[in-house]
Amino acid sequence: MQKCLLRFSAGLLFALATASIPAYAQSSSPASVAASSLGTPPAVQAHISKLEQQVAEAKSSGDNAWLLVSSALVLLMTGPGLALFYGGLVRKKNVLATMMQSFALMALITVMWALAGYSLAFSSGNRFIGGLDYAFLRGVGALPDADYAATIPQQTFMMFQLMFAIITPALITGAFAERLKFSALMLFMALWSILVYDPMAHMVWGKGGFLNAALGGVFPALDFAGGTVVHITSGVSALVCALYLGKRLGYPKEPMPPHSVVLSFIGACLLWVGWFGFNAGSALAAGSLATSAFVATHFAAATAALGWAGAEWIRNGKPSVLGAISGAVAGLVAITPASGFVGPMSALVIGLIAGVLCYLMVAKVKARFGYDDSLDAFGVHGAGGTVGALLTGVFATKAINPIFKDAQGNALAVGLIDGNAHQLLNQFIAVAIAWVLAIAGTLLLLKVVDVLVGLRVPEEHEVQGLDLALHGEEGYYFEA
Amino acid sequence: MTKLEAVIQPSRLEPVKDALRELGVSGMTISEVRGHGRQKGHTEVYRGSEYTVDLLPKIKIEMVLPDNRVESVVATIVKTAKSGKIGDGKIFLSKIDEAIRIRNEERGEAAL
Repeated sequence: MQKCLLRFSAGLLFALATASIPAYAQSSSPASVAASSLGTPPAVQAHISKLEQQVAEAKSSGDNAWLLVSSALVLLMTGPGLALFYGGLVRKKNVLATMMQSFALMALITVMWALAGYSLAFSSGNRFIGGLDYAFLRGVGALPDADYAATIPQQTFMMFQLMFAIITPALITGAFAERLKFSALMLFMALWSILVYDPMAHMVWGKGGFLNAALGGVFPALDFAGGTVVHITSGVSALVCALYLGKRLGYPKEPMPPHSVVLSFIGACLLWVGWFGFNAGSALAAGSLATSAFVATHFAAATAALGWAGAEWIRNGKPSVLGAISGAVAGLVAITPASGFVGPMSALVIGLIAGVLCYLMVAKVKARFGYDDSLDAFGVHGAGGTVGALLTGVFATKAINPIFKDAQGNALAVGLIDGNAHQLLNQFIAVAIAWVLAIAGTLLLLKVVDVLVGLRVPEEHEVQGLDLALHGEEGYYFEA
Repeated sequence: MTKLEAVIQPSRLEPVKDALRELGVSGMTISEVRGHGRQKGHTEVYRGSEYTVDLLPKIKIEMVLPDNRVESVVATIVKTAKSGKIGDGKIFLSKIDEAIRIRNEERGEAAL
């Protein structure tokens, strides 16, 4: 009886909600209203209602299946994708410690999200932060939340968003690789996820968020899968961390080449594939918008890889494997906010720009300013995310995603190529808010954590290697 | 008894081993080492950072020989490991005080 009621409510909610969701609708309005007005007999009426319910369930099961797979793909991006990518880039003596940072966040952020994080990001609150309605995941169950995704259980939506909340802090670890205490990592990230991630996610994606384009934001910013929420916040926070913590001992004189580009390669490929879940999953349904985002994601990765490798070929005489895979990641970062708003050709352009730009950030700008952003979290995510968010304002088009509608339901111009230059301003505001929140929040938390537990490992530990010093392990024990 | 240490190019290991086996040399210890003499290294670039790598991979062969075999082994190694270019490697000879076979505690040249 309970299950029947649940299904009926789901079907009803679906029917009611499809009228109000702007961008993602693949809707069919319920025929029962029309049928009953024709004077259909009750038996036929009941049969029609049952069929509608089954259609809704079938549609729901397709969307839910895709979203569950996407959630798994995004988690794969952190573990082992990012763990391998970063792990291969550090020196052998720090490989385990680096991977442990990603893995620990998989565990830590999960608990924080379940207790309060999801609520702070996605429940109704004010324009800048959610409330505690969903604390301990109260009310987050099989019923869809029509504001977010009408055809999937809210629990699926919550899980999908959790994977984003996990990978965002994991990206920051690239900035302070090889010199941060593990206790400092845990404390800093727990606080960062509440102070920086949850508010930014709420502003861009939460009900009533200040920047929410779909749900009545004051400055509707287009961020399909997290260019501002994930990449700018993490990338800029990374820069602040790198500056605050200072350079690694011996940097830049002592050579510190990656101990295994092989591991980084494997990680990067997992990131590319996983990103299909990250971007195409952000369509929150398994329809044509997901396909469009899938295509845009892949195309941007391709041209960005060629762009970075090509720039290296010209400047250094040889295209490197590390350059090609870094380029692909840069393209994927840049296309993240744009993925559900731009066409395939635009995606090719966005990727190429990101690949070349991020190469210059890493090869020229970093050396010029001399900061030790060890694994280029700022150079790739901060810079790539910023340029991607701005280019979204250029290339977003109603032909792909008619997210803005007038009172009659006609699609309005979205980005610059549609003729709407104003959107660039909204994009810029979102980018600026992300930068400011990241800088302020990170500075404050670094200070707090430094005072409470201390941030940097002592010199002997840095020389010995964090694997032994912090975890009592060696990554490779070939003599065994 | 004489200890012979030869540092050679990794690509010459198989030809040298084959030639020594034909000569009847029964024991040797091989290790992978890094080093250089007059050979220049190479440059590697990772994300814009350049590193000069001047410790080059080499193979070290160690063996202890009866004095009367030393010159023939040296000649064989030189012949098979030589390419004529800088980086071919070197051979060092030193005197050994004693050799002991662990299995049956034989000593001297009988242990070789």
